[in-house]
Amino acid sequence: MLQDKDRIFTNLYGLQSWKLDAAKSRGDWDSTKELMAKGQDWIIDEMKASGLRGRGGAGFPTGLKWSFMPKESDGRPSYLVVNADEGEPGTCKDRDIMRHDPHKLIEGCLLAGFAMRAVAAYIYIRGEFFHEADVLEEAIEEARAAGLLGKNACGSGYDFDVYVHRGAGAYICGEETALIESLEGKKGQPRLKPPFPANVGVWGCPTTVNNVESIAVAPTILRRGAAWFSGLGRENNVGAKIFCISGHVNNPCNVEEEMGIPLKELIEKHAGGVRGGWDNLLAVIPGGSSVPLLPKSVCDSVLMDFDSLREVQSGLGTAAVIVMDKSTDIVKAIARLSAFYKHESCGQCTPCREGTGWMWRVMERLVAGNADMSEIDMLLEVTKQIEGHTICALGDAAAWPIQGLIRHFRPELERRIEEYKARAA
Amino acid sequence: MNMTTEQTSETFVFTSENLEWAKGQIAKYPEGRQASAVMPLLHQAQKQNGGWLPMSAIDYIADMLEMPKMRVYEVASFYSMYNLKPIGKHLIEVCTTTPCWLRGSDDVVSAIREELGIGLGETTEDGEFTVLEVECQGACVNAPVLVYEEGFYEDLDGKSTKEIIEAIKSGAKPACGSRVGRKSSEPAAGLTSLNVQGGDA
Amino acid sequence: MPTLTIDGNEVTVENGTTVLQACEVAGIEVPRFCYHERLSIAGNCRMCLVEMEKAPKLVASCAMPAGDGMVIHTNTEKVKKAREGVMEFLLINHPLDCPICDQGGECDLQDQSMAYGIGQQRYDENRRSVREKNMGPLIKTEMTRCIHCTRCVRFAEEVAGVPDLGAINRGENTEIMTYLEHSLASEMSGNVVDLCPVGALTSKPYAFSARPWELKHTETIDVHDAVGSNIRIDVRGREVMRALPRVHEDVNEEWISDKTRHAVDGLKYRRLDQPYVRVNGELQPASWQDAFAAIAAKTSGLSGEKMAAFVGDMQDMESMYALKQLMTSLGSKNIECRQDGANLDASERASYLFNSGIAGIDEADLILLVGTNPRLEAAVLNARILENVRARGLKVASIGAEADLTYDVEHLGEDASVLAELAAGKGDIFKALQAAEKPMLIVGQGALAREDGAVILKLARDLADKAGMVSEHWNGFNVLHTAAARVGGLDLGLVAENGQNINSLLGRAEAGEIEFVYLLGADEFDVSKLKDSFVVYQGTHGDAAVSVADVILPGAAYTEKDGTYINTEGRVQKAVKANVPPGDAREDWTILRALSEVVGHVLPFDTAAELNEKLVNELHLVDVVDVKPQAAWGDFGVEGDVAAGALISPVTDFYQTNPIARASKTMAACSAEFVQVGVALEEATGTHG
Repeated sequence: MLQDKDRIFTNLYGLQSWKLDAAKSRGDWDSTKELMAKGQDWIIDEMKASGLRGRGGAGFPTGLKWSFMPKESDGRPSYLVVNADEGEPGTCKDRDIMRHDPHKLIEGCLLAGFAMRAVAAYIYIRGEFFHEADVLEEAIEEARAAGLLGKNACGSGYDFDVYVHRGAGAYICGEETALIESLEGKKGQPRLKPPFPANVGVWGCPTTVNNVESIAVAPTILRRGAAWFSGLGRENNVGAKIFCISGHVNNPCNVEEEMGIPLKELIEKHAGGVRGGWDNLLAVIPGGSSVPLLPKSVCDSVLMDFDSLREVQSGLGTAAVIVMDKSTDIVKAIARLSAFYKHESCGQCTPCREGTGWMWRVMERLVAGNADMSEIDMLLEVTKQIEGHTICALGDAAAWPIQGLIRHFRPELERRIEEYKARAA
Repeated sequence: MNMTTEQTSETFVFTSENLEWAKGQIAKYPEGRQASAVMPLLHQAQKQNGGWLPMSAIDYIADMLEMPKMRVYEVASFYSMYNLKPIGKHLIEVCTTTPCWLRGSDDVVSAIREELGIGLGETTEDGEFTVLEVECQGACVNAPVLVYEEGFYEDLDGKSTKEIIEAIKSGAKPACGSRVGRKSSEPAAGLTSLNVQGGDA
Repeated sequence: MPTLTIDGNEVTVENGTTVLQACEVAGIEVPRFCYHERLSIAGNCRMCLVEMEKAPKLVASCAMPAGDGMVIHTNTEKVKKAREGVMEFLLINHPLDCPICDQGGECDLQDQSMAYGIGQQRYDENRRSVREKNMGPLIKTEMTRCIHCTRCVRFAEEVAGVPDLGAINRGENTEIMTYLEHSLASEMSGNVVDLCPVGALTSKPYAFSARPWELKHTETIDVHDAVGSNIRIDVRGREVMRALPRVHEDVNEEWISDKTRHAVDGLKYRRLDQPYVRVNGELQPASWQDAFAAIAAKTSGLSGEKMAAFVGDMQDMESMYALKQLMTSLGSKNIECRQDGANLDASERASYLFNSGIAGIDEADLILLVGTNPRLEAAVLNARILENVRARGLKVASIGAEADLTYDVEHLGEDASVLAELAAGKGDIFKALQAAEKPMLIVGQGALAREDGAVILKLARDLADKAGMVSEHWNGFNVLHTAAARVGGLDLGLVAENGQNINSLLGRAEAGEIEFVYLLGADEFDVSKLKDSFVVYQGTHGDAAVSVADVILPGAAYTEKDGTYINTEGRVQKAVKANVPPGDAREDWTILRALSEVVGHVLPFDTAAELNEKLVNELHLVDVVDVKPQAAWGDFGVEGDVAAGALISPVTDFYQTNPIARASKTMAACSAEFVQVGVALEEATGTHG
């Protein structure tokens, strides 16, 4: 279990002020200039060595991603884009960073932007986060006024600015190329890859899109050293990160914890345990709505990191733990997610546009049991027809919760169908 | 200028303050990339126009940003925060996605129905309230959540929801935030971390 | 040049090729709906998924650049399953209304579901229904059938240059529509019907009128403008049911204008289907013999000096040649093809050709338009300019009345004096033309059909010369014609002698110096000036000239005869007879041949083959089919002063430029929708503003 001395987000709950002075007293903006003076290559190498994997859900190594950016400009400027379009159901960690620790993010923008030779960072924040965007804009103003941003940022000789761009209600904009489209003033519809953003991103320029948390942890990693960060957690799954524990727990909360913490420990230690006790647990969605749920039997022992959760056919995703106790209508819980994905499908590509609606309609019938037994397998097939066939990962994200449900709760589905038939007869 | 909805639906122009603000937004983006400002501008237009976007505002913004009108309309119709039809004076948005649903968003919806006599997607007859169902607002550890005038109301139950609606009815803007007495996303029963003072140094 | 292995076969392709294109090179069919080689890549239908070794997922072959060493499989179980899945998704909300769908029989969805579908349906939920949308008089919508491939949206923006189509909403509520359901205001709009892979967008004028398998196809050439678009005419019985584009990369790619496509119903209406003779001021039906006799009675003993002939805009070379022979035999040299009074002469071919070639537009890096609105005069050619503007940043400048050409134009001024300045080597554009690698000057009839047209021609020529726009490998001097017959007419030398033009000939007719005028399909001038002359009108429609005609000889329209046309580039193309002329109407050259016997100078050909032989003997270039010629550069035009006044395109109403279009109900509806409403709006704004 993580000790407070190893926590990066020391104002996660906003118990202290988010303002620049308070942030500085927490160690932010400390020797930023010196870090920059060590050079772009040093920063990227340090980030690589830290083993940080992207905190937005996909878990791609952050330092490696930065290294894809061109070292010499062909005339086009480079951009850093921060993905603050936090909208994966269950997830609310970036919100806390932005409203309570905005300077970590802003300093991270400067360091990351400098490392990848970007001229500016655009923070794409979901439109619903009014307050968080206001705080962020104010914090940026503070930093600008203090000479930390803008011309000769931090006295480093490097010019860099940070802007906030507000979204307007579209989950899909959390997908990096949809986010770029949206930032360009278009509908948030994912782009085809290749070309990848590092070659052709926003406004046709080299771009890296990083999650808020990935950027916000960078200054502390650089200050305390890659070895410190990689010393936390376990191999290939290092560091600390923010977990969001929601649903049927006694004390839902966000908490920064060590990677690889046992799920049970996480819930019991920080969230006050499952409502009605651990034995009252039905299932957990361990990484945001997109990842397949885990039944209690798996939850008993699984560790919270990328590889452990993949081994049990789920994923760490955004580390948003949605807990469901035995009172839960598990079919309805998943059907509601199907409704979510149908609502959030951008409509661009066939399998997702047509498939999300189909799956949701079958799921709604399954809630009541109004289906034929063969439709369970048919539904599973439909999820497979979507998975891997779409432009972006939303198709997969819509398919996986249903696959998880069928994998672990098929008897429940069958029971409902039989009961419905019996009632009808 | 004090414009009514009827007038603005025929012609729309930004107030001088909003026009200045819009110019500031456009300036955030590189030269020639003014289309990037379409979303903030649409949002501001909606705000100025009583919570919804008339087509005249879409035309106006298209001209301002030198974008084809259809492209602006596509954007306005794509994102869920733009309302293309008039809404009530007070907009209440209720999240019902699974994390909120698990924590009792059904009770929030019922409480609103009891208070206002309307369900999701409906507007009261007097045009005072519109209630919309929204998807995950990103405050799941403070579920269930409703949104009113850019503020999140968190950790709700039926009773606290009714109190909020009643306050709005009486002309107040209730303070946003948790209804179980916590500051933000910390465990309500007491800190389990960050209870040792000190920074990350 | 990457080499890939596709289904076990190695194939080497050009750089920049996609995997889908590489598959085609390898002779392997990859199904697709959204992909279209002339539009940007959307990659949204997901039908073209293939397996690529080392890739974790199937890849959309339409969007994947072919790379060296790639190993592609298109025939695996995974690919088959994916295609079946996509087919099923496309069909779940697609109505099974093929029996009442006009796309039936030529529907990509129908064809591919046969080839790649599972042949059964499992979807048991309610199907989506989508409200029809207005897109105007040409496009019928049945949006429930839409599969959201966005070809139409991309076409409207990228080719038509009218970005009024869009996909609104999102997810399964996505709908394609025009802004505020306005009619799609493009001269190219009908192409979206060809592009639509399903029956969502179909041809409104053609709705429910025929099934594809009932139609006889004839590959021929369009004559509604001087582009010479390659088309296919579909006929059922005697009736032309529709016109569709054929691919010709150097002419029309695979687009046609709405006039080319939709004026064909004009072939049915107001047709002249028998001869008439004016008796006591009234046109009376007559036999061919009587009609010829009436002509002979007039020409007999009349000096050739007192005769003239005007040739219309849609005439084939054969009939123009026959007319020339007839008039010459009658002793008249007053044969005029320049109906609009354009100050072109026939001596230097380069002076009246689009020398760069239409495909040359693709290479151009700067275009200066002089007195032309290519959008209205040659819509398909204009789309090609837009294509280059979009793809390679081509710059366009113009002199003449300002107009929306669908792309940005630097407007230099309205007046010919601006051209005079440039020709004198002044101005930034002159420098830019000098600096440009492949500059083009496009001179329209709006610059030439004026009193000072020959002076403007000279200025344009001098500018081209001075700015170095003409070299061994590139001729940047271009004349854009509006009439399909014009280049051929000039090639045949159908230009009145001694500097006369149609206006002076009409003046002489009014003065009584010319008594006999033969109109071969010529209506585009002030016919009232012929009210005192003896007028023979040989043509197809009861159009303007009929009101002054003393004898009417019913001819054949362009679909009703074999014929040769020469487009604005000087490209010789052969039109092929698709149907027969109505009633007693005859192919035009045969009318002239028959008349020649009656008026006493028998033309020396009895068959089309004989006529063609004579024509080729006189004009060798007619024998060189479908080649863009290289005309020798020379000096032309007349020195002098230009007059004031804007250079104005002769085309104001795109939909009403010729007798066929004016007889077309579809074109009338378009004119009412797009031109007259626009004019009314402008006037309204003017009044209120």
